[in-house]
Amino acid sequence: MAAATDLNPFVPAPAGDNAFARITDNVSRIAEAERPPRAWYIAFGVALTMLTVFLGAIGWLVWNGIGVWGNQIPVAWAFDIVNFVFWIGIGHAGTLISAILFLLRQSWRTAINRFAEAMTIFAVICAGIFPGIHIGRPWLPYYMMPIPNQMDMWPQFRSPLEWDIFAVSTYATISIVFWYMGMIPDFATFRDRATTFWRRFAYGIVAMGWRGSSRQWHRYERAYLLLAALATPLVLSVHSVVSFDFATAQLPGWHTTIFPPYFVAGAIFGGFAMVVLLAVPARQFFGLKRIIQIKHLELMNKVLIATGLLVGYAYGMEFFVAWYSGNSYEGFTFINRAFGQYYWAYWTMITCNVLAPQLHWFKKIRTSPLATLLIGMVINVGMWFERFVIISTSLARDFLPSSWNYYIPTTIDYLTLGGSFGLFFTLFLLFCRYLPMVAMAEVKSIHPSAHAHAEHH
Amino acid sequence: MSDAHEPKTETGPAPLHGILAEYATPTEILAASRKIRDAGFSRWDTYTPFPVHGIDKAMGIRMTILPWIVLGAGLCGLATAILLQWWTNAYDYRWLVSGKPFWSIPANVPIMFELTVLFAGLTTLVAMLVLNNLPFPSHPLDHIRRFARSTDDRFFLFVEAADPKFDEDSTKTLLEGTHPHAIENVLEDRKTSDALPVGIIYGLVIMTVASAVPFALAAKARYTLSRSPRIHIIQDMDAQPKYKAQRENPVFSDGRSTRVPDAETVAVGELHEDDHFYRGKDNGAWARTFPPAFRVDEVAMDRGQQRFGIYCTPCHGFGGEGNGMVAKRAEELAQGTWTPPSNLTDARIRNMPVGELFNTITNGIRNMPAYGPQIPTSDRWAIILYLRALERARAATLADLEPAERTGL
Repeated sequence: MAAATDLNPFVPAPAGDNAFARITDNVSRIAEAERPPRAWYIAFGVALTMLTVFLGAIGWLVWNGIGVWGNQIPVAWAFDIVNFVFWIGIGHAGTLISAILFLLRQSWRTAINRFAEAMTIFAVICAGIFPGIHIGRPWLPYYMMPIPNQMDMWPQFRSPLEWDIFAVSTYATISIVFWYMGMIPDFATFRDRATTFWRRFAYGIVAMGWRGSSRQWHRYERAYLLLAALATPLVLSVHSVVSFDFATAQLPGWHTTIFPPYFVAGAIFGGFAMVVLLAVPARQFFGLKRIIQIKHLELMNKVLIATGLLVGYAYGMEFFVAWYSGNSYEGFTFINRAFGQYYWAYWTMITCNVLAPQLHWFKKIRTSPLATLLIGMVINVGMWFERFVIISTSLARDFLPSSWNYYIPTTIDYLTLGGSFGLFFTLFLLFCRYLPMVAMAEVKSIHPSAHAHAEHH
Repeated sequence: MSDAHEPKTETGPAPLHGILAEYATPTEILAASRKIRDAGFSRWDTYTPFPVHGIDKAMGIRMTILPWIVLGAGLCGLATAILLQWWTNAYDYRWLVSGKPFWSIPANVPIMFELTVLFAGLTTLVAMLVLNNLPFPSHPLDHIRRFARSTDDRFFLFVEAADPKFDEDSTKTLLEGTHPHAIENVLEDRKTSDALPVGIIYGLVIMTVASAVPFALAAKARYTLSRSPRIHIIQDMDAQPKYKAQRENPVFSDGRSTRVPDAETVAVGELHEDDHFYRGKDNGAWARTFPPAFRVDEVAMDRGQQRFGIYCTPCHGFGGEGNGMVAKRAEELAQGTWTPPSNLTDARIRNMPVGELFNTITNGIRNMPAYGPQIPTSDRWAIILYLRALERARAATLADLEPAERTGL
């Protein structure tokens, strides 16, 4: 196609010419391939089906009201809030990898940071839906924003639920800014390699005319560092604020000072589990094994051991404080958690979150992609159960024995939970197909040949 | 070298924009940059696929002011959060919630933090783009084929012809001295206009004007009087398709929603034939005895005491003397409109027939409302039974006590 050649000034580097070209090629050809691997189509079909179910379940909820869920009194917060905390927790690994590991100069993060950031944003989108639909009249969430209105009323800023609105929306905004800014140089690469008008046009728009000028890189790097420094306390604050929703209530099982660090550790743990869960198939199906190496999986699995132990410590400390405080309500709540009506949820949580990651002490297991994938899945299940245990068991046995109840989710509850994965994977698969999955410029910058002194043979 | 691009216009060759040199490694571009920097050029730049370590120094790039801008934005966010929370919760609409102070720093810290980060973060992106002159849609270098590799694996150095030190031949010689892989003249881009396309300008103008419309409508609504109900897109349960009691109803010939029973009919359980039990009348006069349908016993007495405690004590007090909490509060307010409740233990009430007491409870008297709808018939009799016991106890004399008890007083 003559027009296409004219349009595409790209002269591909001869094969094996240099490491930089190999990195560009390895990542770009995923988005440039005429058609993605068959596994992508299968996964996308499944994800779209689940997304349809999700939208259907939400539509049914909006049409009929909250009664279609199993929520009742006293378990007024159930799957809705469990799913919210679960997804927002997953959304912590991305920015952690991007920001905190960046500040700690952990250069291995460049292999995984881009899709971990994408995962963060999609998880936050999933999370944001749940408080929105759980308020009963989902067309009125703007009541939570300080907008002048006909009622002449303002939101109540002394409430943790209001803090939550600001924390989650700030986190979503800053994560998107961080993600987008990181992609600008890679969009420029895509633009310069484009062979069709529409690709060149679309990637050209989002690349904003980036040409890799060193004067621009200077400000870009400074901006990236600043964003990392801003995002680091933000990551730690978001799940702390989410934990305030519980910790500032007087309910035994919620009212504990350990919650903010405990929630943050759990969020990092669950988020990393989701990253390995996505990294294994991504490197398998998109030929990224040279960029996302076994070494990277192993490092992430080590993070899982560390955060898994932190979470296990928090579980133990909750029991200790329940006993040490001498508070009989607190004591009852925790005995009830482990041996009461929800014992199955509690022991599922312990097995998945505390015991399963211990397998990673064996080098053979933590360097096996399959084992990494399976343990990642198990941890995700465990982290979901952790939120279920905290929320439902505490509520179902509150202060008044006469109001005690047993929460039973409905079919719509299950469909909403399952469907949210459909939304997440649909977005993630679209990301894999159309956006730079690996931060090419960053990977190049840590390659040995990027350092000037390495050039003296 | 110039075979890589076509002439940009039909009217002769375009003027020279600058000279581009290509390098293969970061080391080469660093060395070349030092040379150009030392030669005193000012309008030149390097283009690299990733930030090359040390190039800032090699090119003599000064530290950007970006961090100061971000600091300013962060402080703005902090100030906004403080003002927003103070003004809404502690000034404009003071709203006491669980005894929390209207304004206290700890409860307002989370949002101060979030807005600081939000303002600073958004500003980081915007300021980076603005300082970098982005978006920058078209550049003469875009027409150089080899330059596309600047985002892939090659390193370029470009010196603009507009630089005061620029001279086509000597600059070229200088660049050749840095051993580039290729060197190429870049011409001015005549094909692409610097001005925005007319369509985009019109589009922006129309969008700007259109975006003001909702605000104009909101402002108009705020300062004009409207007699129609406000727009309520989702009706919730404001309008319910049903007829309420006492409302007009075109379906029935009498135009009333509330239906009256057919003549000569009585609803099940509402015959109320027993005049004594239901109305306290015995042969047309107030009954002086409890009705046969009401069983006077210990159970009824206890029930009466309990119901009296619930319904009567707020005004009449536990002793029935008319000194309940409501009465006391009303006296304290001294508004002049209050009719004090009767003392139920005085002679007038003590001698009142039970039928009349029943009628008073059922239908109310003065500012005492009718309790008939609230208290079942047998409970009303039970209350009267207890009241009789209360009156008897209040009117007791020493003679009522056993001789042995008298000495104990």
